[in-house]
Amino acid sequence: MSTLNYVESPLSEADAAFSQIIPAGDGWIHKIAAGETLRITDLEGNQAADTFFFDATDLEERYDAQVTIREQGGIYLTTGTALLSNRGNTMLTITADTCGRHDTLGGACAAESNMVRYALRKRFMHNCRDSFLLQMVLSGLPLTKRDLAHNINFFMNVPVTADGGLMFADGVSEAGKYVEMIAERDVHCLISNCPQLNNPCNAYNPTPIRVSIWEARP
Amino acid sequence: MNYSESLPGGGMWSMRVPRHRAIQIKAGGAGANLSTLFFNAANPLDRLNVPDTLKALHTAKLTRGHVLMSDMGHAMASIVEDSLGWHDPLGGRTTAEIVKRSFGEGSYQELRNDFLRNAHDNFLIELAKHGLGLRDIVANVNFFSKVTADDSGRLEYHPAHCHAGACVTLRSEIDLLVVFSNSPHPMHPAGEYPRIPVEISISRCEAAGQDDFCRNFRPECGRAMQLSERLFL
Repeated sequence: MSTLNYVESPLSEADAAFSQIIPAGDGWIHKIAAGETLRITDLEGNQAADTFFFDATDLEERYDAQVTIREQGGIYLTTGTALLSNRGNTMLTITADTCGRHDTLGGACAAESNMVRYALRKRFMHNCRDSFLLQMVLSGLPLTKRDLAHNINFFMNVPVTADGGLMFADGVSEAGKYVEMIAERDVHCLISNCPQLNNPCNAYNPTPIRVSIWEARP
Repeated sequence: MNYSESLPGGGMWSMRVPRHRAIQIKAGGAGANLSTLFFNAANPLDRLNVPDTLKALHTAKLTRGHVLMSDMGHAMASIVEDSLGWHDPLGGRTTAEIVKRSFGEGSYQELRNDFLRNAHDNFLIELAKHGLGLRDIVANVNFFSKVTADDSGRLEYHPAHCHAGACVTLRSEIDLLVVFSNSPHPMHPAGEYPRIPVEISISRCEAAGQDDFCRNFRPECGRAMQLSERLFL
C-alpha cells in the first residue's frame, strides 16, 4: 500500500462561517459559493460521506467520476485533486486532507443495490440514494433522479488490485480526520452520511460527520 | 431475423434491443474501443450503473460471467462470451478536447466523413434521438480496452490489449436502449486517430436458465437477474 498524502489545513474551526453536524444516516444539500472552503470532518472515524456536486448556475453540469480520475491519472482523491465536471471543468480543488485517500468507484448504496449485493429482503433498509433523492426534492431545485450520477465516498477505502479486483478494505480514516476543498465556482454540495449496515464501510456503526464552510479569502 | 452492421471507426450507433438477444461485438482490427451506455428501454431513468456493477461483482474489469447492472438493481446485459478477458469500466469517454489533445485538429471541413469524432458528442447525438441528453451520460464502459490501477491508484492504459477479431457476446436481460460510440479510448496514446471498425450482430437467444454461467457467476448476478425478471411478471 502506498503512502497516504497527509496535508493539514491552516484554517481554524473557530473561524468557520458555517458549521453543522450531519447525524449518521442523514442527508444535506447546501450551496458553496466560489472561493468558499468546505471541510468535511469524520468525527468518530471510519464513516463514509457520500458526496456529489452540481454546478449552481447550470444544474446539468455535475461532478464526473470518470473524468476526474482519468484526468488526474489515478483513482483516489486527495490534496491537489481537481474535482472535474461532466464538461471537464474544475468544480472544486481539494486543499487539505488528513485522511489521505478517498474512494471514487463505489458509488452510493441504494435499496436496489442492497437487494443485489446482500439479499432481496434488504430492500427496506435506509440507504444513501434515498437520502440523496429526498434532499434533492426538498431543496426546491429542479433536480431529479436523472441528475444523480456516480458520487465520491469521502473517507472510504476501496482499493483496486493489479489483476482488476475491487476490495472494500478497512477504513483509513479515524476520529477527527478531515478533507477540505475550495469551490472554484458556485456549486451545490449534496451529502448522504452513509447509513449502510451491511458492510464495513462505516465499521458497522454509522456515526456523525461535520460540515464547515469558510468564506472566500481576499 | 438477424441483423448485422459494421460500425466504422469514429461512428456511433443506438438501437432498442429487446430482451434475450445475443449482441455480438467484434473488433475489426487490433486496438478497438467501443464506449457503451445501456438504458432500460421502458424507463431510461433505469440505466447502467458502473459503481453498482463493480461493487456487486467485486471487480474493476469486465469479462465473461459478469452482469452489467442498472442503478435499479436490474441485470441489463450479461457477458456470455469473451475472447479478451478484460474490458474497461474506469476510463470514461473521449471529449472534443481530448481528441484534439491526443490526435490533433480534424474537422469535417478538412476531413469530411473522416473527421475526428469523440464519444461525448457521439453520445449526445444518439441520446438526443431518444429524447435524452447530457443528464443521461453516466459512467460508461469501454469494450476492448484495458486500464489497470497500481497500489497507489495510478491508472495505466494498455494499448496492445485488443487483438484483431476480439469478440464479446452480450445477452440482453431486459429491453434495452444500447448506445455505442466507436471512438478511441480517452487514454489512448497521442498520435494517429485509431479508426478500427467494430462488427455488430444481433440475433435471438435463449433466456438464462437456472444453470446459466452468468446467473451463477456470483449470487449478486442471480439476484439482479431475479429483479429483471420481475419487470416481466
